[in-house]
Amino acid sequence: MNSTYWSWDTFLDALPFVLQGLGYTVGLTIASYLFALLFGFVWTFLRRLPNKVFHFVVTWIMEFIRSTPPLVQLFFIYYAWPMIPGIGVTLSPFTSAVIGLGIHFSTYIGEIYRSGIESVDKGQWEASRALNFTTIDKWKKVILPQALPPTIPMLGNYFIIMFKEVPLASIIGVAGIMLMANSYGAQNWAYLEPLTIVGIIFLLLSYPSAVLIRKLEIKMNTRFDKNATIKGN
Amino acid sequence: MTEPIVKFQDVHKSFGDTQVLKGINLDINSAEKVAVIGPSGSGKTTIIRMLMTLEEPTSGDIIVGGTNLWKMEKKGQMVRANEKHLREIRGDIGMVFQHFNLFPHMTILENCMTAPIHVKKEAKEEVRDRSIQMLDRVGLGDKLNNYPSQLSGGQKQRVAMARALVMRPKIMLFDEVTSALDPELVGEVLEVIRDIAKNDDMAMVLVTHEMDFALDIADKVLFLDEGVIAEQGTASQVIEHSTNERLQEFLHRFRK
Repeated sequence: MNSTYWSWDTFLDALPFVLQGLGYTVGLTIASYLFALLFGFVWTFLRRLPNKVFHFVVTWIMEFIRSTPPLVQLFFIYYAWPMIPGIGVTLSPFTSAVIGLGIHFSTYIGEIYRSGIESVDKGQWEASRALNFTTIDKWKKVILPQALPPTIPMLGNYFIIMFKEVPLASIIGVAGIMLMANSYGAQNWAYLEPLTIVGIIFLLLSYPSAVLIRKLEIKMNTRFDKNATIKGN
Repeated sequence: MTEPIVKFQDVHKSFGDTQVLKGINLDINSAEKVAVIGPSGSGKTTIIRMLMTLEEPTSGDIIVGGTNLWKMEKKGQMVRANEKHLREIRGDIGMVFQHFNLFPHMTILENCMTAPIHVKKEAKEEVRDRSIQMLDRVGLGDKLNNYPSQLSGGQKQRVAMARALVMRPKIMLFDEVTSALDPELVGEVLEVIRDIAKNDDMAMVLVTHEMDFALDIADKVLFLDEGVIAEQGTASQVIEHSTNERLQEFLHRFRK
């Protein structure tokens, strides 16, 4: 094949260059995902505090974060935040991206936790109270072990969604595969091959993850019924 | 005569605009078996839910073992009880629910062991022995490692009773424990309650629609009607000698 549009030589030349960014791409995905998982708990906890005004404020902060594009948030954290007198801090592109993507997606993950907690039957709370559990033991032994497993497939989906949002961070200079492909393109005036490589890498990584999560979902759905031989009541 | 273990003093309870209980006065002595009967919506369940600290009374006092349950003293004033105060008293009370409320992620043995170990900080080996003994007593000694989802409703309810008994409460509350069961499973659960009532010296309060059973085991029967105790006394007093028309009508519907 001798096309002026596509060159396998360029492809092979670009491949190792683009792959240099893989560590950052995967690393940023994992770091911002862990951040979102942890921060999601913070939202869920804050919203459960009994104060009505506080609940209202927290709900609207979450709504605000969710309704603003993550790209704008990244720009804000990286460029605008350091300019605020007194509290402004200059952060590296990677740290900015972890915080930006982490906080943005933590608002969704907080909702997932909430739905998991609300799916626990009211009787479980009452039984914990009747058995005189402390608040901490009630959460540790009774509520969370039932609330979290059903959320695992949904949390897994967010891992893939976040993975696909990570290229956004190239715009503030995180040297992931997207930034590498872009700079290869700029240097060699050849965008087709490096960006195709980016696409292939994302496909190769997301698709197996999606299959894995679907399997997990099926397993979770059958978990409580699996051993049911006699129907209750 | 010794002081009653539970005293209700002019207890009222409203849910929003609906007044459910309109001044309950009641003494329960230790080891006394009390049956609460009455039409649905009369507030039977609310009485024991307040005692279990699942609902807070709108007004009035509930005294458990000489201590005010829902109020505590702070700087010389009676204020609303905090969780710490409630926890101290709640330890003496156990409850069996209409819908069992077993922990689905634990085996039935774990269901029984978890509270004595984590709440009462008892030694694991001792708790295990006691739990196995208790599950044997309710006829489920061969199902220790099964999960609740593998049991019938009657079996689940018997586990729930074992779970409450292992905590050694001084007061046991039974909230319509047979009404979610298929008719053929009711008998096995009642047998266990009868056994507890006969052999254990804790106070028991049963909210129930199993009229004959209640009258059979109860030392005292309360007939609750429209938020008040309309009649109370021994089973024979309430059943045979009461002139309360609403009670007669209520019993008649059960005796067809």
